[in-house]
Parts: sequence; structure tokens; C-alpha cells
Amino acid sequence: MGDNVSTSDNPAPGPEETPPDAAASEKAASEGAAGAAAAAAPVKGTGRRGETLLEVEDLGKHFPVTQGIVFKRQVGAVKAVDGVSFSVRKGETLGLVGESGCGKTTTGRMIMRLLEPSFGKITFEGHDITHMSQRDMRPLRRDIQMIFQDPYSSLNPRQTVGSIVGAAFRLQGEQPRQGVRAAVQELLEMVGLSPEHYNRYPHEFSGGQRQRIGIARTLALRPKLIVADEPVSALDVSVQAQVVNLLEDLQDELDLTYVVIAHDLSVVRHISDRVAVMYLGKLVEIADRADLYERPMHPYTNALLSAVPIPDPSKREGRDRIRLQGDVPSPLDPPPACRFHTRCWKAQEICKQVEPPLQELSPGHMAACHFPENTTVSATDLVAKAAVAPGPAPGPADSPVGKD
Amino acid sequence: MTAPIETTGSEAEAQPEAVLAGVERKAIQGRSLGQIAWLRLKRDKVAMAGGILVVLLILMAIVGPFLVGDPNEPHNNLIDPTLSRPKTGIMHSGISADHWFGVDLPAGRDMFSRIVNGAKYSLLISFLATMLAVVLGVFFGVIAGYFGGWVDTLIARAMDIFLAFPLLLFAIALVGVFPNSAFGLEGNGLRVAFLIFVIGFFSWPYIGRIIRGQTLSLREREFVDAARSMGARAPYILFRELLPNLWAPILVYATLMIPTNIIFEASLSFLGVGIIPPTPSWGGMLNEAKEVYEIAPHFMFFPGMAIFITVLAFNLFGDGLRDALDPRSSR
Repeated sequence: MGDNVSTSDNPAPGPEETPPDAAASEKAASEGAAGAAAAAAPVKGTGRRGETLLEVEDLGKHFPVTQGIVFKRQVGAVKAVDGVSFSVRKGETLGLVGESGCGKTTTGRMIMRLLEPSFGKITFEGHDITHMSQRDMRPLRRDIQMIFQDPYSSLNPRQTVGSIVGAAFRLQGEQPRQGVRAAVQELLEMVGLSPEHYNRYPHEFSGGQRQRIGIARTLALRPKLIVADEPVSALDVSVQAQVVNLLEDLQDELDLTYVVIAHDLSVVRHISDRVAVMYLGKLVEIADRADLYERPMHPYTNALLSAVPIPDPSKREGRDRIRLQGDVPSPLDPPPACRFHTRCWKAQEICKQVEPPLQELSPGHMAACHFPENTTVSATDLVAKAAVAPGPAPGPADSPVGKD
Repeated sequence: MTAPIETTGSEAEAQPEAVLAGVERKAIQGRSLGQIAWLRLKRDKVAMAGGILVVLLILMAIVGPFLVGDPNEPHNNLIDPTLSRPKTGIMHSGISADHWFGVDLPAGRDMFSRIVNGAKYSLLISFLATMLAVVLGVFFGVIAGYFGGWVDTLIARAMDIFLAFPLLLFAIALVGVFPNSAFGLEGNGLRVAFLIFVIGFFSWPYIGRIIRGQTLSLREREFVDAARSMGARAPYILFRELLPNLWAPILVYATLMIPTNIIFEASLSFLGVGIIPPTPSWGGMLNEAKEVYEIAPHFMFFPGMAIFITVLAFNLFGDGLRDALDPRSSR
């Protein structure tokens, strides 16, 4: 199966709502093209490719905003994630980027089932885990693990390293062949720590070492998928590189699949095979890494990339730094249609009225924009297409009360 | 950067043993937060003085009653019948080599023996009441903080109600309607159980709301999510992940609650609803002394001092403990 990214222009209230015919045919078309692109795409690393490990369809999380003390009345919803679709193939690394508050961490936590999705569907290895009970989820937990953002709060200060890393064995009732202690010490070596650190406490380590402990814990059950939520953003720049390299080495050794959530574009560029860009709870662009960094289509991606600092001053000359105006709008009341139109320099009337579907504009490269850049597809084509496509989604402003 | 991890084959069998042997030779032991706190506490001279005093008081309460004489034995020969005060000693207190703290009025009972025996009840009641309060407070506090929602609302409101209760008046009223024997206990045994129950049952919200707040903040830490993402159930998270992080506040507030409960027990005994005379209790002695403090001030001084020193010792130790366990809350 290929890049099965369905259009997300229809934030359906129910998870199982069938897409309208137009969207379905478009989806089928994009599947075929994406499959071809995937075959042609240069393969990084040694992981086996092709098989879809994780699939996320129209996933959303709305946090209700309530008023009143005893009789809580819902007055709105924070649309943290509002219809996100992507798929992750075995052995690849998907980078999920976006600025703070765009919903990338919420997406990761929904994949981990630490948060209950409001709508949409998560499929892991063919199992629908969207609303699986925690009991049924438990055996699957060993296959999906998470690296946490803050190495200071992700390790229990009262437990020894051995107990932290070994917790996975206890919780899953697994007895490693060589014994828990030896298994933990192997894991510590694997992440570049000394096995003698077994009896130490987290506060005796630096941030980078702590993150390594967190990674060792993640690896204990040999997961298939690792959701790394900002794995290096809390670390020193010099240590960031070490941890990123460690993650890459581990991927090769253990055939891991990563979903890396980050806001640092250079980290994402280094580690990802494909990159998905989020803005205000929606995916705006998803493409192979090289494609995205060299030929960004969505204006927002362009703006993000232009904000990456260039270390060499001589190369800085002549670069167009795109400065976005204003702040990110509130996810409580996101702008209708294209969510980026309030800050987009290319925005026109249609952007305020018709939500651009996430569609494949070149092989393996999808963007949700009426006026994409770096593409042969002209704006008029897209506008025409959008007019044919299913009617514009009901503007969130029309229905301030959450749909869940 | 990474060590080889493949564990199949024979050499992998040998590897863990080599690793283990290396560890046992070097024996690097990390210092836990508890050990670090202990080192910090040892450097705090005031807290250590308080701690030593606490230990001595506890020893006194446990073994003291076996070493001193009968607290209820009257020494009528020491009392001047006409002036009704002790004949001898400084300021007519009856202090002598036999009676270190003098004798009381009007029966001439040995004050030292009564203070030591009073410590037994005072500490027993305040310790057990504190334990009851800690158990209830931690249980409900953790549950409210971790589960949140309507459970939290219910428990938090219940705590507010308990805190709004006029405890002293309630205890006095309750003693009035309490039978003389119940639950197979009677007399002082029943009264002690009653005091433990009343004090413990009405002071758990103090510790409960602290634990609730701590749990609320701990619950959001990522290690809880990490445990959940490995498939941990609620009991595991509560007992293995959260509770070890709550020991510090539990210990500190328990230590600081004991002196409060000592005073509370003394107040109840003073008001006549605590320990039943003639069994000695510090509050009861103060009650008896208030009739005669003009002619026998020592009768009020010694039990007062006993309460004062005990409460001070526990408070100093508790404060030091708090500083040691949480260095950020320095004075």
C-alpha cells in the first residue's frame, strides 16, 4: 500500500462516515500515483519498505471547553487536531513538524492512545486501535512505544535506572532469557550508557544521558513503532546530534519505524524520510524529505523553511526571509476554509471560502493549497478542481459547539 | 556509539555474566533522593537536636513508666495540711531527690512519674491519630488527585465539610453521648480509642488536600504517561510511580501533625473529655493545676513545659525534615 493520504476537507463527526464519491475516487487516484512514487523514491537506511505499519485517517481531537460549576455546559471546543490523515510504512521515519500548538504532540499522544481520539481512525498493523479498550490495548503496547520530550519529567526520580528501564518487562509480564538485570544492562549499553549505571538514580545524569535512559526504556520490549515526541528539543545542541545519531543507528539495527514530532526543521531534515507539516490542527503538506525541503509547495512550509537560520553569512545574502504577519489564530475558533489564509501573502477570496483539499500535486507530494508554489499544476486548475470537489466544509465559526 | 545488541549465539550467553561480574566488582551504587535528604538532614543541627529530643521522648514514653514509681501513689506526709501545699522544696514544690518535679496537690502524687506516664498517652494518641489521618488522607487525596472528575469533586467537597466542622465542640458533645463501654473496651481504653478516632478522623483532610495537590501535579509528569504507554494499570501507577514521590510530603506533614495532635489531646484532656483522671495526662494535670497555681506554680509549670518541649521538638524536626526533603523550599 502506498501513500494513503485521504483528503481531510470533511471533518466528519463520526469516525466511520463514508467519504463522498468524489473524494473516494480522488483518493484511489492518489493511491496509485503515490505507490509509484514510493517505489521510485530513494530508500534511506536498510529497513524493509512498502508495508504500511500505521495508518491515520481523518484523526481529530477536540477538547471541550465548559462553563459552569455543577452543570457543565460546553461552550466550545479547542480543535487541537482536526482531521489529519497520513500513513507510515515499515522502516521509515515520518517527521511531523509545525509550530507550538499546531497539534503535533496531540496527534502523537492519540497514536499512543494516551489521549482518546474525538473522531477518525488509527490502524496499526491492520488492527483498528482507535477505540480499543485499555485492556485489549495492553498487549499491543509493546509494539508502539514513545520517547518523551522532557528527559527531566519522563523518568521517575524515585526509581533507579534499572527499575525504570526494567519496568517494561514487569508491566508486560515478560521474563527476558538472560534475566531482567542483564537485559537492562544490555539496553543501557545499546544506548551508549555504562551497564554500571544500573543502580543509579535519574538525578545523577545529564539531560542527554537521561534521554538515553528514556530511549533504553522505549526499546526494552523491541517495539515496531516509536513515536518520538520532540526527542531532542530539551537537549543541548551538541547533545542533540548525538541523540539523533543514536536514534538513526538504532533504527538500522532494530528495524524501527519512527514518527518523529519536532519543531526543529534541521533535526527533522536529518532524521526523516518523509515530512508532514501541520498548521493549526491540519496537515498542510506531506512529501518526501528532499522534495519538501527543495520544492516546498505550501506557503506555510515556505515560510517555515525560510526561518531556518543559515550558519554561513555569505550564503545568507539574497535569501528571501518570509515573515509571517500576526499570531497563530486560536484553535478555539480557527479561520474558516484554509486555516492559513489569515497570514498568507497569497491568500485570495477563494481561500476564505473553500477549504483546499490535501491532494497530490506531484508524485508523492501532497499539499493543501489553492495557490501552491514549485509545481506545474496551476492555480486555476486547482480552483476548478475545488469547485467540483465536495462542498466546502462547514465553517468552524458556524458551529462553535464541538462536534464530538 | 551503540554496542552490538544481537543476542543470539553462544557468545551472547557469556556476555551478560561478564557484564554482571564487572558491576559487582565496581559496585556503583547511586544515591537515592532519600539518602541525599538524610545527609542533608544530618547537617542541620537544629533539626537533629529536635530529632534526638523526639527519640528521647518516645523512649521515655515507652520504657519510662516501668522505671518510675506509681503515678497514683499519694504522699500525704509531704503535704502541709493547714496550708495545703508541699512542706518542702524550692517554693514549696516538694522537689527533692525522690521527687524530681515535686508532688502535686492535694494528694501529693509524684509529678515526675505523672509526667512520664502522661507522655505515654499523649504520644500514643497523637501518633495513632496521625497515622489514621495519614492513611485516610493519602488514600482519599491520591484517589481524588489521580482520578479527578466527579470523584475529585466529591472528595474535595467532603474535605471542605470536615474542615468546617467545629471539632472541639463536636468532641465534647460526642463524649457526652458516648457509652461507658463499647467495642469490648471500657474506661480509659475506650476513651483513648475515642480520642484517636476523633482526632484522626477530623484531621485527615489537612493532609488529604496536600496529597491531592501533589498528585494533581505529579499526574501530569511524563513518567506517568510512560508507565501508561507500557500498559500499566491504575494501581501500579498509584503505588509504584506516584506514592514513592509522595513520601516526602507525607513524612513532613505527619511529623508536623503530631504536635498539633498532642496539643489537641491535651486540650481535650484539659476540658475533661480526654483521658479520665486519675490516669495521668498532661492536659488533665494542667486542669488540676489551674485550681492551685497561685500556691503551687510548679504544678502548672512541669506539664506545660512537657507539652511545650514535645511540640517544639517535633516542629523543629519536621521543619528540618521539610528542608532536607525539599531543598527548594529553603527559608
